[in-house]
Amino acid sequence: MNFEAKINKFLEILIDYKGYVKVIEGLENTLKIAIIGLIIGIIIGTLIATIRVIPKYKLLPRVLNSICTFYVGFFRGTPMVVQLLLFYYVALPLMGINLPSVSVAIAVFGLNSGAYISEIMRSGIQSVDYGQTEGGRSVGLSFATTMMKIVIPQAVKNILPTLGNEFIVLIKETSIVSFIGAADLYVAFNYIGSNSYEFMVPYLAMAIIYIVIVCLITLLIKFMERSLKKSDRRN
Amino acid sequence: MIDVTNLRKSFGKNEVLKGIDITINKGDVVVVVGPSGSGKSTFLRCLNCMEDPTSGSIVFNGVDIADPKVNINIHRRRIGMVFQHFNLFNNKTVIQNIMLSPVLCAKADRRKAVIKNLFSKQKEPVQSVAEIKKAAEENALKLLARIGLEDKANAYPSTLSGGQKQRVAIVRSLAMNPDVILFDEPTSALDPEMVGEVLEVMKELAESGMTMVVVTHEMGFAKEVGSRVIFMDEGVIKEENNPQDFFSNPQHPRLKEFLSKVLM
Repeated sequence: MNFEAKINKFLEILIDYKGYVKVIEGLENTLKIAIIGLIIGIIIGTLIATIRVIPKYKLLPRVLNSICTFYVGFFRGTPMVVQLLLFYYVALPLMGINLPSVSVAIAVFGLNSGAYISEIMRSGIQSVDYGQTEGGRSVGLSFATTMMKIVIPQAVKNILPTLGNEFIVLIKETSIVSFIGAADLYVAFNYIGSNSYEFMVPYLAMAIIYIVIVCLITLLIKFMERSLKKSDRRN
Repeated sequence: MIDVTNLRKSFGKNEVLKGIDITINKGDVVVVVGPSGSGKSTFLRCLNCMEDPTSGSIVFNGVDIADPKVNINIHRRRIGMVFQHFNLFNNKTVIQNIMLSPVLCAKADRRKAVIKNLFSKQKEPVQSVAEIKKAAEENALKLLARIGLEDKANAYPSTLSGGQKQRVAIVRSLAMNPDVILFDEPTSALDPEMVGEVLEVMKELAESGMTMVVVTHEMGFAKEVGSRVIFMDEGVIKEENNPQDFFSNPQHPRLKEFLSKVLM
């Protein structure tokens, strides 16, 4: 079969046999898992990073800190596939909870990226001059308020490129959720491929879709960086 | 207003403050001088618990703020602080820098009042959030006008000169309407040209009756504006006097040596 015939075959399955429904569903799941996962990750990561920079002469911060260390150690120490399988086939059944695989994937992606983002965020917080914290505390703001209103906004600005990196990693990593039966882009194009006995064009198309998504994210991050820079440009 | 008794502070094994006793009264302008490493900055930073004292007491308006059980944030609203490196919030404009804490504190008080109103029959009048913001903004603009920087209200700190930043930092602490303002070497990081404009603002503040504690190397300021001058060395107060006698008739040999070096 020449290349043209292969493309025709692909288009036939994609359009005439409603393959695009699967592709759209896969795209939707991929984006859903990556975006919601990232949001959960940022929330968890920011919390952990904040706990890690609290001065540690009281008991509570110390206990929280060791919980966070364990959490980060677990999620960075095991592959994401293993975490997916553990949650879907071990942890949730043991707890007697039945969740759709996409929801489990979102949760695992959130928890996993939370561990990575906590370290990114911590380096971001530590890159902000300690004088900013002192300035905030000196006018009577609490540690938490100082973090939220002053330090973390500046930290986020510093780590935005790295955070974008993490988002890109998440998008691409979604291709493993088929391990627990969630329908993502891989599942969609695999479906088209196995119906046409022809995998070359579907997988090529899949790669192109990933590249387009990543390019769009890169643009988005550049735009955000530019708009956040207004406070350090002399105008 | 502030009663410091036997204040000690150690960093690890290094004891920096070895028992400081001082009473600061309303309207005092206390200038603290001394060689570097004498503990004068640490002493100042202990006064609002920026550094937690190791032992001793600091009674501010009747409350011992050195006690770790005290909610220090409430008392810090009444103690302004101006830093050597300004520490303006880089992600906020000048006016936001000044308004941030007054608005947040007023909002927190408002929430408390609203909750209290829910449970009591006597309803207290509660300001709306918009009113709080408007009042804070008016106050901030008034303060900026006082230092002649109204036109910089919407500029970011990165666009200001050092002297302008420090003047903004001073009015930021003023916006909380504090009982006392602590100055930690406010002119040491400035170009010589800009020292004057900052000292001018501080002088006006002193003349308006503000209680101030100033750590500085500006002997001229100590002589002219200070009401009491303190010489610190090796973690203790070696000498305290009014500015005239302090400079013209020093008693302690270490102070004589210090003055002979700085007043050439």
